[in-house]
Amino acid sequence: MGEIWDILPGLGDKLAAHVVLAASAIGLAMLIALPMAVWAGRSRTVARLSLSLASLVQTIPALALLALFFPLLLSLRAVFGEGLPTLGFLPALMALTLYALLPILRNAVTAQANLDPGVLEAADGVGMTKWQKLTLVEAPLAAPFIMAGIRTASVWTIGAATLATTIGQPSLGDPIFAGLQTQNWALVVAGCLVSAGLALVADWLLWWVERGIDERRRWKWAGALVAVVAGVTAALWAQSSSSEERRIVIAAKQFSEQYILAQLIGSRLEAAGYEVEYRDGLGSAVVHGAVASSSIDISVDYTGTIWTNYLGRKDNPGREAMYETIREWEWRTNGVRVLGRLGFENAYAFAMREDRARELGVSSLTDLAAVAPNLTVGGDPEFFERPEWIAVRDAYGLSFARSRNFAPTFMYNALSSGEADVISAYTSDGRIAADRLVVLQDPEGALPSYDAMIMLSPRIAGDEGVAAALKPLLGAISVEAMREANLAVDREDAQKLTPKQAAAALAKKAGL
Amino acid sequence: MTSPQPLLVFEHAARAYGETVAVAEVSCAIAPGSFVALVGASGSGKSTLLKMVNTLVEPTGGRVLFAGEDVTSLSPSRLRRRVGYVFQGIGLFPHFSVAENIAIGPRLTGEKLAPARIAELLQLVELDPALAERMPDELSGGQRQRVGVARALAGEPELLLMDEPFGALDPVTRDALGRKVRELHERLGLTTVMVTHDMAEALLLADRVLVMDKGALVADATPRALLAGEGGAVAQRLVAVPREQAERLAAMEGLGEKRG
Repeated sequence: MGEIWDILPGLGDKLAAHVVLAASAIGLAMLIALPMAVWAGRSRTVARLSLSLASLVQTIPALALLALFFPLLLSLRAVFGEGLPTLGFLPALMALTLYALLPILRNAVTAQANLDPGVLEAADGVGMTKWQKLTLVEAPLAAPFIMAGIRTASVWTIGAATLATTIGQPSLGDPIFAGLQTQNWALVVAGCLVSAGLALVADWLLWWVERGIDERRRWKWAGALVAVVAGVTAALWAQSSSSEERRIVIAAKQFSEQYILAQLIGSRLEAAGYEVEYRDGLGSAVVHGAVASSSIDISVDYTGTIWTNYLGRKDNPGREAMYETIREWEWRTNGVRVLGRLGFENAYAFAMREDRARELGVSSLTDLAAVAPNLTVGGDPEFFERPEWIAVRDAYGLSFARSRNFAPTFMYNALSSGEADVISAYTSDGRIAADRLVVLQDPEGALPSYDAMIMLSPRIAGDEGVAAALKPLLGAISVEAMREANLAVDREDAQKLTPKQAAAALAKKAGL
Repeated sequence: MTSPQPLLVFEHAARAYGETVAVAEVSCAIAPGSFVALVGASGSGKSTLLKMVNTLVEPTGGRVLFAGEDVTSLSPSRLRRRVGYVFQGIGLFPHFSVAENIAIGPRLTGEKLAPARIAELLQLVELDPALAERMPDELSGGQRQRVGVARALAGEPELLLMDEPFGALDPVTRDALGRKVRELHERLGLTTVMVTHDMAEALLLADRVLVMDKGALVADATPRALLAGEGGAVAQRLVAVPREQAERLAAMEGLGEKRG
């Protein structure tokens, strides 16, 4: 656990970004919720509507809410133009603001409703105008309750802001997501510690503000407020001083291979003199749009994914035709430059234990079809619904005795324990190497290819320096080398490597 | 034309809440310097009528004239500055000190009340000027209502409205504060309208008693005239209660007394 202490000092940037994001969201939520609460205090309909709306937002899982802003902002580009950012700070701010609304609004509305009617009548009776009544009586009397709501909102928002990582906004979620994907627990714990610490400090300071207002001790609430403002200002300053010129932003989806390749690409660009920045742990659905909109500059995507998800195609014209079509399509419709293929595929494939395959005399899907009626096939939960499965089944006339669903991790265990004879696997998965599995040949070409490609955003598509730095990677990474690197990151023993170390080893192996 | 110009005039003043009539066309005039008690059972409309004066309730019919002007034509804050208001809820601002509570009316129009004036107001309602820096929750109920009266007097009002001002106080405090208010009324030359459901209080403090029933004014007489049996059935029913109590007390005293 000592390594946690080595990680913590490096989280300064993330902490600053996290503070700025959370503080902005809470500030914005206050700007919306407080006037809304005043209005709600004067109209029962507004009170009911605004509270139910805020509650409704609260029922949407934070992760989904964050992700939903991407398509929303994308469609809003029709109105606000192409400059509207669809990833990063803006959608994170909007989602977290919505999330912070409820506790502030609810406490403010409740506080107003519970004000002593005698005091309110007195305010009118002594001749206060509506504004004087609000500022001299209602606001100060409701302030401790409103502060309690702001405290709740702050703790929630600081926690939920870790999820902003998935839409490309740097936050303390970066180490957490990276750690979860690469099973680097020290990284996860460090991220959680800092974010929990931040939440506790914010809660404590705001508690002082609340107590100070309640006890009418100016030094108490003013002092705590100064500390809050100083903290946010310091974070803002730290952030603005660290981002003068735009760097090249490299995306990684949420699995080890992506982390390794991002590091590999980043190290080559750094060697060529570029400043790079990583956006790790992005939701896989947002990466393509992020590159197309230049929110992200470089990603590694797979032909099969683009083919079905973005071109909407179900046919399989073969590996080369698919790649060429995609390359042409990306350039024409999105201005995205497909620099080239890395040389390996991360496709669906069928894998068997070596001894079992030899025993049954199976080395291809054609061989498998002959013995399938006596075998059990295992797949991940969605596999038997996917077009890949249907294509293979129909091409080879596969008919198994039984098919079973397993979570991906257990799929491999099922294979080694004999609960499944053959499973659907991913070709670059490190466990294929670790368990010495045999990947069955696909002579009919029924399984669509998933060639890994380097994608460049329109912003850097014409940057020949970037292209020159990355071209040596094209065709240089064999599926065996990728499996080995994935295994090195996924394994739990002493030989476990960080994605950066694995990227270095991979580069060496590829002769770079 | 010898009688002075009335300070307060109700001209067919009415207030309805939808179908429910709270006050039905009340007309009467109140002369400056008078102490008027507005008496009636709960729901008789007496509080509503009072609140029409400082526009906490706006009339749905008729007019209320204050010093010759329709109250709804005046800015509420200016009007309320000239009309002191004391009510049962007391309504001290819990986040203001006693001094800040007393000074609130003048403060609203940008005037700062000197500490000496606050001390004077506190002494007027027989409170120790040292209480000025206390918070309301440190005071007893009686002390709080005294502060409420001081607050109502701070703006040197021409008219003092009191809505069940002593309703929440214990009988001893209630009696003492009642006498104090009557004394201040004389000393400061105020015009006072007090709403109460307690006929005894009305008879003892006021020099004119208005009786309301179901939104209408059913009696308008001096305490003496009411005690003499005037004012009609509703008023007499209300007068009968304290009179009977007094007779029973007197009788008990008579029984216990040994005359030698």
